[in-house]
Amino acid sequence: MKLGFYPGCSLEGMSREYSDSVVALAKRFDIELVQIPDWNCCGATAAHNLNKELSLSLPARNLALAEKEGFTDVVVPCAACYSRFSTTHHELMHNHDLRHKINEVMEMEYKGTINTLNVIQFIDKYIIDKIEEKIVNKFNYKAACYYGCLLVRPNKVLEFDRTEDPQTMDVVMRKIGADSIDWAFKTECCGAGLSVSATNTVARLSGKIVDDAEHRGAEVIIVACPMCHSNLDMRRSEINKYLGKKVTTPILYITQALGLAVGISEKELGFNRHFVPVNLPKKAETVQKEEVKTQKVEVE
Amino acid sequence: MARIGVFVCHCGENISATVDCGKVAQVTSDIPGVVVSVDYKYMCSDPGQTMIKEYIEKEKLTGVVVAACSPRMHEPTFRRACGEAGLNPFLCEMANVREHCSWVHDKNDVTTDKAIDIVRTLVEKVKRNEPLMPIKVPVTKTALVIGGGVAGIQSALDIANCGHKVIMVEKDPSIGGHMSQLSETFPTLDCSQCILTPRMVEVAQHPNITLYTYAEVESLDGFIGNFKVKIRKKAKSLDEKLCTGCGLCCTKCPVKNIPSEFDQGLSNRRAIYVPFPQAVPNKPVIDKEHCTYYIKGKCKVCEIVCPTKAIRFDQEDEIIEVEVGALVLATGFDIKRANFFPEYGYGKYKDVIDGLQFERIASASGPTLGEIRRPSDGQIPKKIVFLACAGSRDPAKGIEYCSKICCMYTAKHAILYKHKVHDGTAYIFYMDIRAAGKNYDEFTRRAIEEDGAKYIRGRVSRIYERDGKLIVVGADTLMNAKTVEIEADMVVLATAGIASPGAEELAQKLHVSYDQHKFFAEAHPKLKPVETNTAGIFLAGACQNVKDIPESVAQASGAAVKVCGLFSNDELTRDPSVAVVNRTAPPLFSTCVGCFLCQSVCPYQAIEKEEIKSRDGKILKTIAFINPSVCQGCGTCVALCRSKSIDILGYTHKQVYAEVDALLNTL
Repeated sequence: MKLGFYPGCSLEGMSREYSDSVVALAKRFDIELVQIPDWNCCGATAAHNLNKELSLSLPARNLALAEKEGFTDVVVPCAACYSRFSTTHHELMHNHDLRHKINEVMEMEYKGTINTLNVIQFIDKYIIDKIEEKIVNKFNYKAACYYGCLLVRPNKVLEFDRTEDPQTMDVVMRKIGADSIDWAFKTECCGAGLSVSATNTVARLSGKIVDDAEHRGAEVIIVACPMCHSNLDMRRSEINKYLGKKVTTPILYITQALGLAVGISEKELGFNRHFVPVNLPKKAETVQKEEVKTQKVEVE
Repeated sequence: MARIGVFVCHCGENISATVDCGKVAQVTSDIPGVVVSVDYKYMCSDPGQTMIKEYIEKEKLTGVVVAACSPRMHEPTFRRACGEAGLNPFLCEMANVREHCSWVHDKNDVTTDKAIDIVRTLVEKVKRNEPLMPIKVPVTKTALVIGGGVAGIQSALDIANCGHKVIMVEKDPSIGGHMSQLSETFPTLDCSQCILTPRMVEVAQHPNITLYTYAEVESLDGFIGNFKVKIRKKAKSLDEKLCTGCGLCCTKCPVKNIPSEFDQGLSNRRAIYVPFPQAVPNKPVIDKEHCTYYIKGKCKVCEIVCPTKAIRFDQEDEIIEVEVGALVLATGFDIKRANFFPEYGYGKYKDVIDGLQFERIASASGPTLGEIRRPSDGQIPKKIVFLACAGSRDPAKGIEYCSKICCMYTAKHAILYKHKVHDGTAYIFYMDIRAAGKNYDEFTRRAIEEDGAKYIRGRVSRIYERDGKLIVVGADTLMNAKTVEIEADMVVLATAGIASPGAEELAQKLHVSYDQHKFFAEAHPKLKPVETNTAGIFLAGACQNVKDIPESVAQASGAAVKVCGLFSNDELTRDPSVAVVNRTAPPLFSTCVGCFLCQSVCPYQAIEKEEIKSRDGKILKTIAFINPSVCQGCGTCVALCRSKSIDILGYTHKQVYAEVDALLNTL
């Protein structure tokens, strides 16, 4: 099976391990993620602060290109890209005049047939039902699922999960054996783009997130957004300075956790690209083939 | 020959700002049959009405067209004036040149032309109007009050004290409603039960009131003055005549873990239970969903211990039919619960509770006997946080409105808390303090100044538990939106008031309109606040909108007076615009062919078969007959009749076609 794929800038740069793990996971389930040809910047945080038409035209061009290529489902792993794609689709579908205008600007037509999937939706639609038979190492760690801001907001546009207490990631993680903990900072702000301009603020905001997860005994924090990852991972030294202690809880992309569970190597999943070392204790019980068989029989 | 008078109103500037009223009067005076056409600044004023009356007498008018506003407001005004001048009121019509013309168009010639056309159509209609007489119907002088909360109780007592019979239906085992759950009431802090329970007893003992508890309205037929209501009396599994209310059964029932509705889940009740000690009637019911006998077919402990053998396991629901002249809806409200506030951990943390639960905790009859103790471990909370507007005024949550009572009861909660926990601190997060009412603002000031409640203007984004404390994270918008974190022992959410769960279904059963939030709709927001759009059905209390006790009681008395006003007549007059089947000379008798398609579509069961007989009793023809006292004039039968044999009086085919012809200039 082939699905459309939009990596965006992060997945080509600082979050290459996210891209690698998404592609590797998909491949394990015989799904080929095909990049939208000639894709461009989604506009992310900069465009919609400056020019509304530009902020819609940039993602609209990508959507139109995907449509032209014949895709219906496009996987957009970055939460910011996902937000821009979804917002653009929503605005253009609800405003005929605007769609006409944007079509003129980009000299292409977007009809509105593209279904943008974030990574959780992708997993939910194509992987979750088949994952149990492919699990080789149960991911039996206490995991804090961190959703951040853009994955579930605004609900009016995305119509995905509950804004204040989302659950979809937790459900996926439990499927692979994790003990997903109930904690308070699931959707709190990590500081996002202030990472560069106001690192102290990021240290404080992300610090609270990491601190609460550690306090509740999380062995790993699971994310699905490159921005969240870099703030919680790359800014760890600043976070530790803010907290006045050394927190070693690693940050994993959900696709890395799933990849581990289905037996993809740490190297292929890009663990070496993290700032906080991923030293998960070796308690993962290897699922015996026979056990899988007996389970299957029970199901049948 | 018709002699029509046309009276064009300026409605101040409402009409004359865009319509040339003088021109309308001038042009319409040339319509054949119009003998006088004048314009005037306020036609509905006393001089305006006098002018119409004078013209009727002077010009011997046979019809009147008032070109003014919509007939909704002033048709009765002008028809009354015509009646006083000796003209049959139904020979007067309104041409709506305000809502249908001046308000919706710009000032120009086309607008004036449209106004002229509207007048022209009504002139042609009035030429064909016939004098009509209002229909008289008898009144059943019994009222049905649905809901036994404070509003229902007030309405029922007021009506009963005026000497009329009242039937009260309450869905729960006891009357009393939410007010019986409250601890103390604002702004006087008098005990809620102390002022309510005597009224409850009065209802039960009043010779004019019949009380059905554990009962619900099943269906409603009929019309104002003559309703037929089916009431389902749910089986209590009890012979109420034999039961003495000793309560022995309730102490012996082995099912002990059912969350008490009355205590908002903070205590447990048995499967056979009286909701609270002061319940009226003070007799138990068996909750069939939880009773071991009804689930497993054995137990019957209550039957064994009952000294008067009053338990009846084989009792079934009973449906009774009553005839009433008017209804008062007093079904009250509910509050938002559980899943609605995941960010506040409501439903997840035991010590995050709602306002009604706090009322029970603060109540002397509550699960803690009035001591402020938190649900999780029974400790006395030393830091308590109240959240006003939990869900209210929050379009993102789908509730745009203000629940109105929360500001006041939150202030009351803070005061009660400080009176009982002297060394405790109460924080209140609020958006605005809405304390409009007699002695209300003084009351909130008292909470702040005398009892030291710490008001923080801002909203709370999240509540989470950490090391046994509830961390409340909010913003203080009067301190530059600084983040505030409070480590609380207990949190009380003033959750939004909403319509009661069965409101929509009941409204549909009764044909009463309701708003998007399922609150029953009043007939006019200012001038008909207790009426509904269905004649003879009135509103009292929080079923119309969330209200506090004084307001509910005031509205309930208002509804009662409307009912008593209705009952002060022996007969009611009804609009004669009903459907009739035409009659002609023999041998045809009527163009009706007796297909009775009309009978199958009539929503009011108003159509019967009528046999036309010869003198020797032989049936010559069977045609449809429409009972004028049942017909509501909806016109469904008219539309369906294949032989055009049915007309609505006042809106006959002849009249309506004349209006269309006048517009098309095809007369």
